[in-house]
Amino acid sequence: MSYYTKIDQLVKAATDENISIGELTLKEEALNSGKSEEECYARMEKQLTVMEQGILEGLNSTAKSPSGLTGGDAVRLHTYAQKKTIGGKTIVNAIAAAIAVSEVNANMGRIVAAPTAGSCGIMPGAIISIMNEYNIDRKKTVLALFTSSAIGLVISTNATVAGAEGGCQAECGAASAMCAAALVEMFDGTPAQVAQAAALSLKNLLGLACDPVAGLVEVPCVKRNGFCAAHSIAAADMALAGVESVIPPDEVIDAMYRIGKEMPVSIKETAMGGLATSPTGKAYAKKILG
Amino acid sequence: MNVFDILGPIMVGPSSSHTAGAARIAFVARQILGEDVTSAKILLHGSFAQTYKGHGTDKALIGGLLGMYPDDDRIRDSFKYAKEKSLEYSFEPTDLGDVHPNTVKLILTGVSGKNIEITGCSIGGGNIKIINIDGIPVDFAGNNPTLILPHKNQPGVIADVTKILADKNINIGTMKVFRTDKTDYSIMVLETDELIDDATINKLSALDSIIKTMLIKPL
Repeated sequence: MSYYTKIDQLVKAATDENISIGELTLKEEALNSGKSEEECYARMEKQLTVMEQGILEGLNSTAKSPSGLTGGDAVRLHTYAQKKTIGGKTIVNAIAAAIAVSEVNANMGRIVAAPTAGSCGIMPGAIISIMNEYNIDRKKTVLALFTSSAIGLVISTNATVAGAEGGCQAECGAASAMCAAALVEMFDGTPAQVAQAAALSLKNLLGLACDPVAGLVEVPCVKRNGFCAAHSIAAADMALAGVESVIPPDEVIDAMYRIGKEMPVSIKETAMGGLATSPTGKAYAKKILG
Repeated sequence: MNVFDILGPIMVGPSSSHTAGAARIAFVARQILGEDVTSAKILLHGSFAQTYKGHGTDKALIGGLLGMYPDDDRIRDSFKYAKEKSLEYSFEPTDLGDVHPNTVKLILTGVSGKNIEITGCSIGGGNIKIINIDGIPVDFAGNNPTLILPHKNQPGVIADVTKILADKNINIGTMKVFRTDKTDYSIMVLETDELIDDATINKLSALDSIIKTMLIKPL
């Protein structure tokens, strides 16, 4: 069992073989699991389908979550996106789709943990909106999900993707890095640009607290998934333009881990600090949890 | 780790530990009971006790007891299905002592009147551990076909069991035996590489030293 544990190894291997990181990861996964590439691909495509279903469900429902804290914003944004918007249709649709999936999650619908349930809207929101907007081949998109996984595996190996361990920078930060990497590959960026997108995306979310109201995956999580979808698109565009992170990708991941360790427990998914202990946050917690 | 550990699993929200993991514990518990559940007293510990309503831990547990997988979106309406299936249940926050923050104890009765008490923890990412059956501490995840055999404390039991499996060409992956001073029997837990057929189960059940034969088929 082996997989790439550093981003620079991943970039070098893909560049040397003259294939995309997604193609490389699919090959490695087949080797490691003893399954055929077709089986691995089919399993990933199923996950893409579940992501698409999540967006559809969320964009067609104004149902409130059991706690009443969230629900209805995806429809609000989707309606708004049909009119004149500041950010343009692409961005607003990606935000709407990301929030749609996160609302489905909050309402006990079916999602793909990407890499966690709390960050499950970011990747489908940006990746599927961009796939549809630019008519990107479905196969290319599925391969880009393998690219995301490769980036996520490196983050999880050298740092963490758990909010309880590293704060939200670990969950939404990892999801945004994985998402930006996939977008660059969908737009035919080089493996090095894929890695830069991941680094730029994660770097800009360093230090982010995980302070959910009542300990539920809703406030601020649902809207943050929308923000991070737009954020990932920005990071991908920067990388495709040739912008590079001064701090190399592997060092950004390492920094995320060190910051996570230094963060106080009160803002690492314990609902003991930040927004969770604001007067309104506490009032909601009392109302919901009794 | 593989790519699907990081992108995946497919699950119902909102929380892999509080929802998907809870459904999985209950699903495994129902398999251990071996029949439909008619009554469930559910004791919630730690974070489960504090946040079970907001995370839908209660609905996930009932869904699992009804045999729903952690990715079954009927889980959100599981209380309705429980009513249809005449499953009676209650939830009680409690303190189960020095255990994982996401721990639940399920006191179950099945259609034939069988009773069992199972404690499980949700340890993150939808993964679980069963830590106690009928008062005996155990430790397994239920990811593989798993045989759970409460048996009398007498020589030769393990040899009898492994011979039956060997004759069927079933490879044992892991094997543990658990006992306490409080009970006059022990529990053997075997994870196997192959699925175990009914004929083998019947052979095991026919052994004098075996008190009960319970089987988990992986999700």
